[in-house]
Amino acid sequence: MIWIVSWRNVWRNKLRSSVVIIAMSLGVFAGVFTMAFYRGMANQRLKSAIKTEVSHIQLHTPAFDKVNEIDNYMDSADVRLAYIRQQAGVVNASKRLIVNAIVNSAEKGSGIELMGVDPEKEAEVTDIKEKLIAGSYLEDLKRGKPIVIGEKLAEKLDLKTGSKIVVGILNVSGQPVYYQYRVGGIFKTVSTVFDESTAFIRYDDILQMTGLPEGSAHEIAIYMGDTQDSSPLANLLKKTYPGLDVKEWREIMPELGYLTETMDVYMYIFIIIILLALGFGIVNTMLMVILERIREIGMLMAVGMNKLRVFMMIMLETIFLSLTGGVLGIITGAWVSVIYSTRGIDLSGLYGKGFAALGYDSVIYTVIQPKMILGVSLLVILTGIAASVFPALKALRLNPAEAVRTDV
Amino acid sequence: MKIITVTNLHKFYQETEVEVKAVNGIDLSFEEGEFTAVVGPSGSGKTTLLNIIGGLDKPSSGEVIIDNVNINDLSSSRLIDFRMNNIGFVFQSYNLIPVLTAGENVEFIMHLQGRPKKERESRTRELLEAVGLGDRINSRPGKLSGGQQQRVAVARALASKPKFVLADEPTANLDSKSTENLLEIMEKLNREENISFIFSTHDARVVNKARRVIRVEDGKVISDETKELKK
Ligand SMILES: Nc1ncnc2c1ncn2[C@@H]1O[C@H](COP(=O)(O)OP(=O)(O)O)[C@@H](O)[C@H]1O
Ligand SMILES: [Mg+2]
Repeated sequence: MIWIVSWRNVWRNKLRSSVVIIAMSLGVFAGVFTMAFYRGMANQRLKSAIKTEVSHIQLHTPAFDKVNEIDNYMDSADVRLAYIRQQAGVVNASKRLIVNAIVNSAEKGSGIELMGVDPEKEAEVTDIKEKLIAGSYLEDLKRGKPIVIGEKLAEKLDLKTGSKIVVGILNVSGQPVYYQYRVGGIFKTVSTVFDESTAFIRYDDILQMTGLPEGSAHEIAIYMGDTQDSSPLANLLKKTYPGLDVKEWREIMPELGYLTETMDVYMYIFIIIILLALGFGIVNTMLMVILERIREIGMLMAVGMNKLRVFMMIMLETIFLSLTGGVLGIITGAWVSVIYSTRGIDLSGLYGKGFAALGYDSVIYTVIQPKMILGVSLLVILTGIAASVFPALKALRLNPAEAVRTDV
Repeated sequence: MKIITVTNLHKFYQETEVEVKAVNGIDLSFEEGEFTAVVGPSGSGKTTLLNIIGGLDKPSSGEVIIDNVNINDLSSSRLIDFRMNNIGFVFQSYNLIPVLTAGENVEFIMHLQGRPKKERESRTRELLEAVGLGDRINSRPGKLSGGQQQRVAVARALASKPKFVLADEPTANLDSKSTENLLEIMEKLNREENISFIFSTHDARVVNKARRVIRVEDGKVISDETKELKK
């Protein structure tokens, strides 16, 4: 029955309660939606980084892992690839040779990381092929050997598809060698840094340039689809290839691993600050409520409500007040987040360029997780309880004899 | 049978300079089934006296013994339970919880006592019928007149089956018709159910209804008369 009294008391001053409830729901809405937004952003960043840049697992020789020197290659890459492709969860794997190179156009030059890849297999591991904005992906050209470069590099060196460029490296004997290529395709990923510093040629061409033996590779990259859990396969490969260095995406780009965690922490801090502000508003409202109801509370104490029950009554009212707003906020926040999880929020008009430079998509698809909703709900309940303690204690200090006196 | 004994009761309030002697040496006793008015001008100490008898306030000195229990010796939580189970209260105003219906207001105290639902419901109906509000069981106090609210308050005060009812100026906010009506109901409950009422007033018409009249002035009893029952 105390519950009924408390619940109905919430609605006694409809205007005042509505203001508190609306403030609470707006705050919580903002919290939930922002959380879903940043979570979506982080997930997209993660997926695209795995798909375009790091893959799930990379294998190198331990020496290459320390210095990207041409000598530090592994042999029998094709045998290893055949084994890896049989493992559960693997979408595909590809071998790569990676050397530092200088590319020169007619007037300018730039240092890059040159990757020699098997075009067909590579297309199933990374999505550079889908990121082409011009030309084709390492297909035969009429005149010369194809090289695929990023948009940023193309801009920097004034290159178009079909442009001639000279690529210089130090070969396996340490001699500088220069080969001419033609730009076969230009790609654009979300990361401008990557676009400026990476170029792809065919595996056979790089073998020829470097003079490395057939079947050698500096890197084997393994793509596992949408999952983020690559540990079981990584553990298996560590056992199979004790001589190689097996790294998961988390280790290759640690900032990716921290990304979602740190964002979660920031989001919770953000929500806690919102709730703290709202909590003070609620405390204030409830103190006013108690001031207004001194006589009524005094009467209740006089006729037999003990301190615990008075405390409960005020506490429940405060919690109901916070929860009503909180639940409304959570529902609307989750609802809007679900809508934008398929529709996406286009930020290109606002900061498309700046976002791309940081490796983020300009269309964000919100991600809402039960865990988030649970977390926010818990915080809302905690706020309600915390905000209720002070007003409830205040109510306890009332002296019924004073409170019921009508003539003073 | 004696239900209340008050001995050598004093209550002083320390105002900034002067000490106010709100109750200044009162000895009284009350029998079961009384219908008693405490009468006196405003400021004479009626509220203070009733509050101390009802255990809402502590005396500066003196004793209140209710049913062989010295209520000054009770801890504050025991005192609350003692009040709930032994004393019915009717105040001048703010008697009811505005968000509960008349019926729920009456039921509430039985709920605090932990009475079973069946008993609560039937007693609520009985009591509201007794005060002539059987048809208003589902009305909230805001929809009732002042007189009707005070009748609900009487029903509420009786719900816990108290030994006696203390009513501090229950008619002060009522017009003469509602006043008469409320007193008739109280008198009927006293006569038919043998419920003891002690009420304060400074209204002469109310005083006339009482069987025993205790006059107080400046915190002292100046007269205490019991009328002979006449039909
Ligand atoms: N809390 C208090 N503090 C100081 N003086 C009080 C207090 N309560 C009552 N008094 C004083 O005690 C005297 C008796 O008051 P009260 O019992 O309310 O009389 P009545 O109910 O007959 O009007 C008055 O002079 C009043 O001003
Ligand atoms: Mg008074």
